[in-house]
Amino acid sequence: MQKQAIFQSKLLPYALVAPQLAIVLIFFYWPALQAVIQSFLLQDAFGLSTSFVWFENYLELFSEPAYFETVVRTFFFSFAIATSSLSVALLLAVMADKPLRGGAVYRTLLIWPYAVAPPVVGVLWVFMLHPSLGVLSRYLRAAGIEWNPLLDGNQAATLVILAAAWKQISYNFLFFLAGLAAIPKSVLEAAAIDGARPMRRFWTVTFPLLSPTIFFLLVVNIVYAFFDTFGIIDTMTRGGPGTSTVTLVYKVYNDGLIGGNLGSSAAQSVILMIMVIVLTGIQFRFVERKVTY
Amino acid sequence: MVEQEGFRRYVAHIILWIGIAIVAFPVYVAFVASTQDNALIANGQMSLLPGGHFFEVYYQTIFVGTSGSTREPVGNMMFNSLVMALAIAIGKIAISIISAYAIVYFRFPFRMAIFWIIFITLMLPVEVRIYPTYKIVADLHMLDSYAGLALPLIASATATLLFRQFFMTVPDELLEASRIDGAGPLRFFWDTLLPLSRTNMAALFVILFILGWNQYLWPLLITTRDDMQTIQIGIRKMMTTNDALTEWPIVMATAVLAMLPPVFVVVAMQKLFVRGLVETEK
Repeated sequence: MQKQAIFQSKLLPYALVAPQLAIVLIFFYWPALQAVIQSFLLQDAFGLSTSFVWFENYLELFSEPAYFETVVRTFFFSFAIATSSLSVALLLAVMADKPLRGGAVYRTLLIWPYAVAPPVVGVLWVFMLHPSLGVLSRYLRAAGIEWNPLLDGNQAATLVILAAAWKQISYNFLFFLAGLAAIPKSVLEAAAIDGARPMRRFWTVTFPLLSPTIFFLLVVNIVYAFFDTFGIIDTMTRGGPGTSTVTLVYKVYNDGLIGGNLGSSAAQSVILMIMVIVLTGIQFRFVERKVTY
Repeated sequence: MVEQEGFRRYVAHIILWIGIAIVAFPVYVAFVASTQDNALIANGQMSLLPGGHFFEVYYQTIFVGTSGSTREPVGNMMFNSLVMALAIAIGKIAISIISAYAIVYFRFPFRMAIFWIIFITLMLPVEVRIYPTYKIVADLHMLDSYAGLALPLIASATATLLFRQFFMTVPDELLEASRIDGAGPLRFFWDTLLPLSRTNMAALFVILFILGWNQYLWPLLITTRDDMQTIQIGIRKMMTTNDALTEWPIVMATAVLAMLPPVFVVVAMQKLFVRGLVETEK
């Protein structure tokens, strides 16, 4: 697609793209290139000499059971966060899509958590479910559960998943509402006339028509679980106890900062880059959303 | 439809209220905690009703800060967050609207190459390039500065794409008309295109402001001085590793203050927010 009516100028267009181009080259391409180069280098313990080691950093990474565990954990977190958040959001959106009194109020009261920053989400949830002083922990203990996410890795993981899913409900809710609004009412009416009850109408008409939205949200939620949970994890558990809540991004951060292992951290960054490219590719290739508001 | 009887509506109302309760409860707990006495909370005897320390806690949080871990007034941190969020939002809009203008309204060598160079940055979020970016910012002496906080986050392929898409829908007649009036490219941009883009810019601004305010990983890396902290970083530093020393009412007051501006933006500018969100994700 191209405009027919255009301006003629030799220098002006370059001047207009220059600021963005400069920032992109300095802060995006150069560091990304550095990460790729760094991932092929090995530095000695004192940082005095570096040598080119081909894929050694990668091979070491793949042979490391901890890395493999982190990959599995990250995918598990993504899956758990996406499914729980999507199902709650879908239920709420289907309810809010009905012609109810006060519908706009419900909408407002459900979308604001989008604006809560991940680290704040972490603080809120860790406080609520803190083993000794959390208001909800009392009830868990009263119910006979030995609740201590500071010591128990599975409980810490549950806490991270719950908090991350909680934050994402509003986002999913909004897009589900948009998706539901785009479904023509005549189709649903036709199904109703054919005698399909509401539940059946939902599963045979609404749900299939919503599948592009669901697929789009699935990709977005996976990207969210990969990257935006960093703030939640960092304020909640700092990856602990042990490594039970370390995700791929958290590991890049940790290994580079505390471990000082820049080669390995860079190799991990490159792998993450490839994952983002694949996810973005999927999003553009397969998702043809026709969401209108 | 056929069977919209009262019962189903009741169920819908109840489910929605449960959803709202789930969504609001953690925030309610934070607010309640921010009005209570620390000793009570530390003993695990926090009440679920607001206490009487509201003014004293918020005064101390905003103007003094915690007595132990950071000693930085949260008012300062909020100012830093505000500067960063505004710089990111305005900067992104400014640089992407002019580059989109160049790409749509001019023909020049490497036009498509430049478009792709910008487009591909979608695939390079800050998380995958943190340490090399950190090193560049350090080499440019921009650690602990507003420029260092904002610049690496300012390039935005989504905003450029959005404006490009919008400019494509602007009728060609407008350009021809202003050319007959003797307007050059800059005058056309300023007098015609910019006013037309106002709603798009506002919607984008709402989203970018929220994203900017909520940045975490990047400020965490590049701010070392306490007076350059953003509120999101401050809140983490207040949670000391030794739980007994954490001043919970102040931490929770900070959490509430950290939420306030972006939540206000979402609620007050809901239409623009929804529009911005849906459009930037296209």
